[in-house]
Amino acid sequence: MIAVAHPTTTWYLLLSALLFAIGVVGVLVRRNPLVLFMCIELMLNAVNLSFVAFAKRMGDIGGESTVFFVMVVAAAEVVVGLGIVVAILRRKPNATTDDLSELKG
Amino acid sequence: MGALLAADTLHGPKVDWFALTPLIILLGGAMVLLLVAALTPAWPKRAYALFTVAVGSAAAVMSFILWDRINHQGAKTLVGDAMWLDKPGVWIAITVCIGVVMAALLTDDYLRREGIDGPELYVLYLLAALGAIVMASANDLIVLFLGLEILSLALYVMAASHRKRADSQESGLKYFILGGFSSAFLLYGIALIYGSSGSTNLGKIESYFRLNPILDHSKETLALAGVALLIVGLAFKVAAVPFHFWSPDVYEGAPTPVTAFMASVGKAAAFAAMLRVLLQGLPHWAQDYRPAIWTIAVLTLVGGSVMAVVQTNVKRMLAFSSISHAGYLLVGVEAAAHNAGNGLSSTGVSSVLMYLLVYTVLVGGTFAVVTAVGRTGDGATDLAGFRGLGRSKPALALGMTVLLLAQAGVPLTSGFVAKFGVIGDAVRVHSYAIAIIAMVSAVIAAFLYLRIMISMWIAEPEAGDDAREAVRVPALLCVAITLSVGFTLAIGFFPDWLIHAAP
Amino acid sequence: MLDVVWLIPALPLAGFLCILLFGRKLGDPKAGYFATAMVAGSFVVTLGVFFDLLSKTAEERHHVKTLFQWVPLGSAHIDLAFLADPLSITMCLFVTGIGSLIHLYAIGYMHGDPRFSKFFLYLNLFAFSMLMLVLGSNMLVTFLGWEGVGTCSYFLISFWHEKDSAATAGKKAFVTNRVGDWGFMMAMFFAFWAVGSLDYSAINGAAASLSVTTATAIALFAFIGACGKSAQLPLYLWLPDAMEGPTPVSALIHAATMVTAGVYLMCRISPILNVASSYAPTIIAIVGAATALYAACVAVAQNDIKKVLAYSTVSQLGYMFLAVGSGAYTAAIFHMVTHAFFKALLFLGAGSVIHGMHHEQDMRRMGALRKLMPITAATFIIGWLAIAGVPPFAGFWSKDDILLAAYDKNIVLWVVGLVTALLTAFYMTRQVIMVFYGEARWHDAHEEHGAAGDLGVSAHGDLEPHESPWMMVTPLVVLAGLSIVGGGLNLPFKESTERLALWLEPVVGVHTSTTAKLPLALVAIAVGLVGIAGAYAVYYFKKVKPVEPKILADAWGYDRAVSAFMGGPGRKAFDGVAWADAHLIDGAVNGSGELVRGAAGQVRKLQTGNVRNYAAAIGASVVLLLVWFVVIRGLL
Repeated sequence: MIAVAHPTTTWYLLLSALLFAIGVVGVLVRRNPLVLFMCIELMLNAVNLSFVAFAKRMGDIGGESTVFFVMVVAAAEVVVGLGIVVAILRRKPNATTDDLSELKG
Repeated sequence: MGALLAADTLHGPKVDWFALTPLIILLGGAMVLLLVAALTPAWPKRAYALFTVAVGSAAAVMSFILWDRINHQGAKTLVGDAMWLDKPGVWIAITVCIGVVMAALLTDDYLRREGIDGPELYVLYLLAALGAIVMASANDLIVLFLGLEILSLALYVMAASHRKRADSQESGLKYFILGGFSSAFLLYGIALIYGSSGSTNLGKIESYFRLNPILDHSKETLALAGVALLIVGLAFKVAAVPFHFWSPDVYEGAPTPVTAFMASVGKAAAFAAMLRVLLQGLPHWAQDYRPAIWTIAVLTLVGGSVMAVVQTNVKRMLAFSSISHAGYLLVGVEAAAHNAGNGLSSTGVSSVLMYLLVYTVLVGGTFAVVTAVGRTGDGATDLAGFRGLGRSKPALALGMTVLLLAQAGVPLTSGFVAKFGVIGDAVRVHSYAIAIIAMVSAVIAAFLYLRIMISMWIAEPEAGDDAREAVRVPALLCVAITLSVGFTLAIGFFPDWLIHAAP
Repeated sequence: MLDVVWLIPALPLAGFLCILLFGRKLGDPKAGYFATAMVAGSFVVTLGVFFDLLSKTAEERHHVKTLFQWVPLGSAHIDLAFLADPLSITMCLFVTGIGSLIHLYAIGYMHGDPRFSKFFLYLNLFAFSMLMLVLGSNMLVTFLGWEGVGTCSYFLISFWHEKDSAATAGKKAFVTNRVGDWGFMMAMFFAFWAVGSLDYSAINGAAASLSVTTATAIALFAFIGACGKSAQLPLYLWLPDAMEGPTPVSALIHAATMVTAGVYLMCRISPILNVASSYAPTIIAIVGAATALYAACVAVAQNDIKKVLAYSTVSQLGYMFLAVGSGAYTAAIFHMVTHAFFKALLFLGAGSVIHGMHHEQDMRRMGALRKLMPITAATFIIGWLAIAGVPPFAGFWSKDDILLAAYDKNIVLWVVGLVTALLTAFYMTRQVIMVFYGEARWHDAHEEHGAAGDLGVSAHGDLEPHESPWMMVTPLVVLAGLSIVGGGLNLPFKESTERLALWLEPVVGVHTSTTAKLPLALVAIAVGLVGIAGAYAVYYFKKVKPVEPKILADAWGYDRAVSAFMGGPGRKAFDGVAWADAHLIDGAVNGSGELVRGAAGQVRKLQTGNVRNYAAAIGASVVLLLVWFVVIRGLL
């Protein structure tokens, strides 16, 4: 007999933490600016998952509606970020974040 | 049928539109500027800047009227408990408006000198100011997050807006990546606080923790982790050590007027938000976060002043100086955390607010001088660029000297009054160690300001100095510097009224 | 008249502002005359205030003039206010009096300097700051002046920044002074915390009700501040380096006025010092005595005419702290005043010599100048007799008062004081002989040195040492007169002749002694004469020997004479002290500056410019914060 484990909100919270951690690690190890954006988006969406899980656990609509705000913010961030990246890549094609370290000390 | 319609009516929150007028003015101004400027040929010289100054001033005037209303009717929450209309919020709104006016005065000639035209930067100032005020008056963590993002997104673009300078774009990208990174932490913190208290509303969070002093273990862990991540997000925004790494690079790379705006408005909004979150939302956890704030404050004080010593670029020096100012402000926050139960009427809050206002004016004037000295290309901001300023432009050098002395906290300037306030509050709540450290760091930091003064007044001219482009101080820049120096000295001599006014 | 006390600092401030605006237009020498007139005007006002105070009874000699309320503190205020009382007006009298003489002198000394008016700009700003310091009715106003004099001193030391060492010396002064400032700030905060006010009258009034620990803390922190400003061990070492500045600056700031600010501060808060636990004054007395002896030892081995005077100043300041630590505040002030007379005189005399010698400062290249510079020589000799403690010159009386107080405190302190007096007489005699007597060694000096074309040489042209112009000589004569009669301020014969003590009594109290004064005075005279005789024997009779062929060898001969006199070990000891001075203590101060620099350099490497490293720093900090909140606060 296969034991069927019923997923609880805690599972989703752990999954969200895992996704968030993946996003953090991605920011720390990847060099392509576009991938960095994706990692930051992953972090934001991981938090969204948390919001939904908490809302579900507490039977509160607030957490779910928050998600929409976060999505809008994330979309705006992408627009701005892509704008900056495109401007930079036009000047320096194939630039990685490691190349962009003129300002230091 | 009529009954059915009535039952279907949506009951949104009651909105006190009048209380939102500063925000509406800023938003309206931004929209008008964006649309009208897009449809009309380039406006005459100074018109964009003067329009922005007018909008900022109008918002400030409305804030004063609201201030008066609070005097009569007391503080209250707006838009379904999402925002506060209270004195600290309005105070920061006024501070932000001053920041906008100063930045606009700096920008006009800068843009024409650098060959960048168009009203975009001004639109971004106005939008960022809107976000800053929302952030500073938020009574809900999600509103706070939205305000922070409105402010930050505008700042990222502003930092990268000098398309001819690689430095500017690099700084924009760095700011964007790190800002997004840290605001994700902030958002996660909000989620965890929501998960443990069941709300994102600061008032509800506060009452939940107050009414349930003994939480079960998992909720307590969630809440503590949430507090930690909220502190990360806010400490990043105020550029506290060890979350400060972005600020020297971004300050150096961003166009100088933007740096002024960033240092003043960004800091004011973030500190106001920090006070609200820690004192209005989470006083229950004061015993837990106070040591963390203490540590961050000490690191920031010492780090800011020590690291400034080896810098040679004035914008970078001022970035570290701004970090050390954040340290002083954190001294005030730490003092307030000692009696966090009093919300925003805790000892220390009014000194922090006072400091923010004073610093906004101070930093506006200081960067105004740097804008002028930066010369075409905005590149001559290292110490050598200031060499001989005492000879070629004595009035400008004198103004800068006053502003630098004020930043160092010399008596008879506004900077002294501000520093005296926060350190005095730290002493008042018996937080002696941090007061002593703050004084030591003032001693170290003095060196940084002195170096700039020496460069202006004493350093010998070198070959090629005369071949440099002359420093020009156009009218609006002159106005900004004069206002800033005048305010700095006026508050230095007569700080009385302002200290009494501070909420 | 008392209400115009604000004019005293206001006049130099006005001078500063006018020169700031019109300095270049006024030029050389009008800017100098203008600046001098401002300080002299402030001297006249001070005299008016002084006579007004004098006409009142002792209890009424305390007047606070509030300009405006400044920093509000709850219900109380810190005001921008001036306090006219016997102590502050005494200070003002000699600050403005000697200040205007030195301003006058500087007109001659700085003549021909390309930045003539800027020099007077700083001098007037300095006078303003010093008067704020002295007249402030609360610690904050004093602190404002305190910072101001420090900054001016810094700028004036670096005035001839073409010289590399001048810039370094300015930096060193800055670092050590900041340590002192920190002490002052701490004292201020302790006083504010304990008393709730920064007014001297409130602090001193509440002294009796303070706990011993608090009073001790305030006193000792203030003493750290005083050590920095008044160049006491271990913070003294900026003062000898400060001699890089123009000589009028050395005379005004680094001998007569600014360096006495620490002594003034200790006298000002003397009620606190009296309440503090007994080890606090003892520490002050020991530091003072140690500094006095140490600096006198170093002075013996110096060859630079100004360095000798600089170490001598440190040593004399040590005397003043010895007096403060012994509870004899009047004696400290008395010595401060007489010292201001004769040390300003000696510095100005040295300046006159340097001016006449075309900026030569090495005493080994001087000699026999008394014939060429008769007035300078005569006045310098009066200064020498005053500092050496020969009666009836001024220094004798004040030094005697201090030695008496030290004797009452502890006989060891008295012995240290006596040895210092002996050394003082010795090195000053050595200096007088080397400069004004003996062989003329300056011809060769010019062949080697004058060609280097030091500042202002071209303005003079001739290579012969010459007497200085009248604006330089007049102050010398006036100060010489004061150095002769200055002792009359406080003659120890009977109570009514102790005028200074009576005058200052309402502020600093009175120091009573039961010790017989005459034997002590005789011992002091004897010691002074022995010192003079010793130096005379070594340096003067050395000269009677056949003239040595090479001047340089002759100069080194003096050094040999020192070692012959002191014996091998004695010589080594002096060298050792001088070495320690140059390496260890210097190193410590430079070291702390270097430490900050080094640390900053290391931290700087963290700022790599790579955004991923920054993110990693944030990530690591997040982990630390989470550990604190979740693990330490939550689980444990």
